[in-house]
Amino acid sequence: MDITISREEIFEKVKDVLVDALGVDDEEIKPEATLMRDLGAESIDFLDIVFRLEKAFEIKVPREELFPADNILNSSELVSDGKLTEKGLAELRERLPHTDLTAFEKNPDVNKLGDLFTVGAIVNFIDNKINTN
Amino acid sequence: MRWIWIDKFVGFRSGESAVAVKNVTLAEEHLHDHFPGFPVMPETLCIEAMAQTAGILVGEAKNFEEKVILAKIKKAVFFDYVKPGDTIELHAKIDSITPEAAGTSGKIMRSDKLIAEIDLMFSHIDQNLAGKKFPEENFVFTGTLESLLRDVLLSGASSIKEETEQH
Repeated sequence: MDITISREEIFEKVKDVLVDALGVDDEEIKPEATLMRDLGAESIDFLDIVFRLEKAFEIKVPREELFPADNILNSSELVSDGKLTEKGLAELRERLPHTDLTAFEKNPDVNKLGDLFTVGAIVNFIDNKINTN
Repeated sequence: MRWIWIDKFVGFRSGESAVAVKNVTLAEEHLHDHFPGFPVMPETLCIEAMAQTAGILVGEAKNFEEKVILAKIKKAVFFDYVKPGDTIELHAKIDSITPEAAGTSGKIMRSDKLIAEIDLMFSHIDQNLAGKKFPEENFVFTGTLESLLRDVLLSGASSIKEETEQH
């Protein structure tokens, strides 16, 4: 696509998607807000968000690209004792190039995986998808 | 009470859209309590009727190989009451479908009048919950509902309602 969209425009559209998908208020949507803890998203909401993003930006959004946690959690090689192994972290880094993992790497507790999915991470993902292709 | 809130399909386009009809009658006992002297079809049941219409559409799209479960009501807005004597048409359309789930949008019409807009999400349960067992009644698709579809497919009624009439 030869038309680039500014990050502000992407953020505004992502905000509309999340307001509709999660029934939250505009002002709750901040770049650092986490989808699950702050915005109350449940597993089916992630798919709803994916469907709505595809419509809003007219792109294909493979769920495992945007929200790859499921595949990682099911592997004993990647998760041990409730924490991601080195290999698991490497896998996560590879799958989430649009997400900042520095804080998570200090304590890679699987229960904190949900916190990685922030509004900002979605904006980054869409930005990469649209503006680098 | 039989938990079937559509009477028949009058249109069916595999993987795309479906139209079902429901005739509302005072013989339905719950209407006498909802409400005494002012019988209206509960809006929750209108949503259920749409879930059955759209759920069958979603199930058929994958040849009923997946168990389909209603996962989310994305939108349900009502513009008018549905009363005894009304014939309502439930128009459902698949917006997105993946191996794990599907999103549908739907309208309930009484002749030309828009009664409700109902958008739903269905989960393909085998894909999401790896073999976990659920009671049969949780699923949109059961044998009885399957027979509703048999008639429309046999009669070739998919051509009766064209998409242009629906939305």
